[in-house]
Amino acid sequence: MKICCLVKEVPDAAVTKRIDPETKRLDRSGEKNLNPFDTHGIEAAMQIREGGEVEVDEIVAVTMGPSSAVRALHKAVALGADRSVHLSDDALEGSDVCATGLALAKLLSSESPDLVLLGQQSDDGECYTIGAVVADHLKMPSLTQVIKIDVASDALTCERQAEYGYDTVEVQMPAVISVGDAINEPRYPSLKAIMGAKKKALDTKAIGDVGLEADQVGEAGSKTQVLGMNPPPAKQGGEVIEDEDTTETVEKIIAWLDERKLIR
Amino acid sequence: MSGILVYALHDGEGNFNKNSLGAISEAAKLAGELGGEAAAVVVGKVGDDVGGELGRYGAAKVFRAADVEEGLAQPIVDVMAKLIGEHGYSYALFGGGLLGFEIGAGLTARLAGGVTMEVTEVQAREGKLVALRPVLGDSAIADVAYVGEPGIIIGRLNAFDISESGSGEAEVVDVDVELSEWSTKAKMVTRGEARGEDINIEDADILVGGGRGLGEKDNFKLAEELAEAMGGAVAATRAVVDAGWYPYAAQIGQTGKTVAPKLYLAAGISGAIQHKVGMQNSENILAINKDPNAPIFEFCDLGVVGDLHKIVPKLTEAIRAKKSG
Ligand SMILES: Cc1cc2nc3c(=O)[nH]c(=O)nc-3n(C[C@H](O)[C@H](O)[C@H](O)COP(=O)(O)OP(=O)(O)OC[C@H]3O[C@@H](n4cnc5c(N)ncnc54)[C@H](O)[C@@H]3O)c2cc1C
Ligand SMILES: Nc1ncnc2c1ncn2[C@@H]1O[C@H](COP(=O)(O)O)[C@@H](O)[C@H]1O
Repeated sequence: MKICCLVKEVPDAAVTKRIDPETKRLDRSGEKNLNPFDTHGIEAAMQIREGGEVEVDEIVAVTMGPSSAVRALHKAVALGADRSVHLSDDALEGSDVCATGLALAKLLSSESPDLVLLGQQSDDGECYTIGAVVADHLKMPSLTQVIKIDVASDALTCERQAEYGYDTVEVQMPAVISVGDAINEPRYPSLKAIMGAKKKALDTKAIGDVGLEADQVGEAGSKTQVLGMNPPPAKQGGEVIEDEDTTETVEKIIAWLDERKLIR
Repeated sequence: MSGILVYALHDGEGNFNKNSLGAISEAAKLAGELGGEAAAVVVGKVGDDVGGELGRYGAAKVFRAADVEEGLAQPIVDVMAKLIGEHGYSYALFGGGLLGFEIGAGLTARLAGGVTMEVTEVQAREGKLVALRPVLGDSAIADVAYVGEPGIIIGRLNAFDISESGSGEAEVVDVDVELSEWSTKAKMVTRGEARGEDINIEDADILVGGGRGLGEKDNFKLAEELAEAMGGAVAATRAVVDAGWYPYAAQIGQTGKTVAPKLYLAAGISGAIQHKVGMQNSENILAINKDPNAPIFEFCDLGVVGDLHKIVPKLTEAIRAKKSG
């Protein structure tokens, strides 16, 4: 079986994210990292391989993004992927969910995976949707926010929390599964794996290589248009206290509660 | 016709999701402004009285696909794609919820429609809808327009108010849909299992919310003792419910409950959007978190930056002492 893990390069959590007022796109300068939610997808793939219920021939990390995104692929490989594929093309810039989903689906098609795993959300885009978009293009069943996967030869038994509690769903492969962050605790890569990551095969493709035309992606292929960015309604910030002396902190909290008649 | 098609989610026992009812109300209002109608889609076994029920919120029509099972997205994508294709609805609208994300995403792929999610407001401008979507941890709001049709709008939890503005009974139209091959490849084994005991948090005036910052399951006793001292109940985040530390019935947020107590005391909770939407209307929010950059500090009334393991036991003590003194 072949597993493809979608991974994305996102601004590091410590970087304050901002929108470029000119392009109305995310300012992508500054430190970047592998989307932390995607590390759970790679870990899930590793656990399927190590679980031994099915034979996993290959785990492939797949991304779409600018040239710097190779670093996210290196990290994915350090975490366990065997090789990686990078869709990189100037025409992709400015793709919305619709265009990104199509591009990733075409890229994945060229790999013919039995299972596509991805994170519950990208840390920057927070769309929660790429998995289900990709699945429909690939004509595969899919489920998002999965927190438990049991694998049998051709099907997965998945659990996830939906609006009314926990659902257990049986999904036939090939399938697209987005995993929630409660599914596992991603391992730390070994130093050796980090050192070796750059030596693993990395395939770079342009849109033409996966059968995409320039007008299907980027701004041309997008179906949404950002008209403007506005600050959120002003909200008076709350009071913040630092706990230096806990007895004093507690006194302050008690006074605050008392003032609002919350201790009765 | 600038119609709006809304998915109405139900629990399989005849109860519609509140957010879906909000979405129907919102669609009816917007359709009025655009000069079209709002229609609802329901799947599964629902009675004829659904016309009266959803009509109350302003649905002009209710499409019923009785043979399609509720709870999995892809068959519902088939249903909605067919209806949009046949009737030319310009927009599909979803209330906050997980299934709405999946169905909306599927429609985006199927119909090449633009999609926006976590939408907090929708405006009709010059005969078209514009979705307002907070981005980057709610630090900015994007006004997003659609290029072509249909436009797919996925609301944030509780974004759309329920209003019984409908003037009559909606016409119920049964639809037969041939499912896509891949839509039949996922099967619900069990739906809506409520893990853990059933506890009531909705009626409490004071809630102590516990998150992953508690560190481990046993440490929930810190939250329980504090809640007990204050005369309140304990609530939880999805992270700790998924981890099996606390019952699902205590979960607040997008796939849990919505509460508005007099006091919400968040201990070791980061304040992710999906949690925030379930508790942001609390009268007073007090947060204890060791990370000064935690998002919760941006919407709480009193923020305490520090280690909850040091602060919470002492706070419990102090409250007990004050009450007995
Ligand atoms: C579709 C979807 C639906 C979701 N539905 C829900 C939902 O209904 N409800 C919900 O809650 N979430 C939901 N989530 C998950 C949500 O995005 C967050 O992952 C979750 O709320 C995080 O829970 P947490 O705050 O307990 O954990 P974390 O985000 O891990 O935060 C833990 C916090 O504890 C702090 N901390 C750690 N140690 C200490 C200490 N010793 N003292 C003080 N502070 C400490 C940390 O600084 C951190 O801020 C959903 C997500 C998705 C994608
Ligand atoms: N450009 C991309 N390249 C590869 N994977 C992506 C990309 N964008 C999103 N994803 C995947 O889709 C998941 C959900 O992202 P989103 O729908 O943007 O919240 C992420 O966790 C990634 O695994």
